[in-house]
Amino acid sequence: MKLIYFAWVRERIGRSEEEVELPAEVKTVRDLLVWLKTRGPEYEQALQHPEAIRVAINQEHASHKESLSGAREVGLFPPMTGG
Amino acid sequence: MAVEPVIRIQTAGFDAGAEIAAASRGRANVGAVVSFTGLCRAEEGRLTALELEHYPGMAEAQIGRIAGEAIARWPLLALTVIHRVGRIEAGDDIVLVVAAATHRQAAFDAASFVMDFLKSEAPFWKKEHRRDGADGGWVEARHADEEALLRWR
Repeated sequence: MKLIYFAWVRERIGRSEEEVELPAEVKTVRDLLVWLKTRGPEYEQALQHPEAIRVAINQEHASHKESLSGAREVGLFPPMTGG
Repeated sequence: MAVEPVIRIQTAGFDAGAEIAAASRGRANVGAVVSFTGLCRAEEGRLTALELEHYPGMAEAQIGRIAGEAIARWPLLALTVIHRVGRIEAGDDIVLVVAAATHRQAAFDAASFVMDFLKSEAPFWKKEHRRDGADGGWVEARHADEEALLRWR
């Protein structure tokens, strides 16, 4: 699965995207955020307030409860500030 | 037949006057054109510029979805949304929405609707470039922007 990061999530993790193999127990967006936090201090710092992270699955907004089945690309980013 | 919105995400500036003129050109039923231009503020001289980041692909799709909802909701004759990305100097344009309709209320409401949803649901982020050279950080989302969506429910 491709993970893609934007704004301060990208800066804190230190990369803009990566390919990951999810462990079998990671089934939802919330599981993904919990698992990512265990991958190193940069992830810990980026995701310390998971409720602040907005998520898109295959480029569509998704809640933290949503299932990752069928997810090819997951975007993680702060609340949007366009316009 | 449904109106096809014009949607552009670009680093270059835009000519708001030309876009407004284009919205009514060749459309004799247009009686009202409403436009909104959003600019980069200097914040009392604190900022020199904003850096606009976006999620390529998703940004176009989200604006397309918002524009489609506006077209379904109001009898529009034209709808244009242009959003710039990259470095934008204080005083320069960031975003343009142009809505054309037979009567003014549809044009006013549609332009306002598109801006409200674009603020909170289109994947763009702003980073500040401060005049004093310090890291200005990322602009935080405002609760008022999320609350603005409630009036359209």
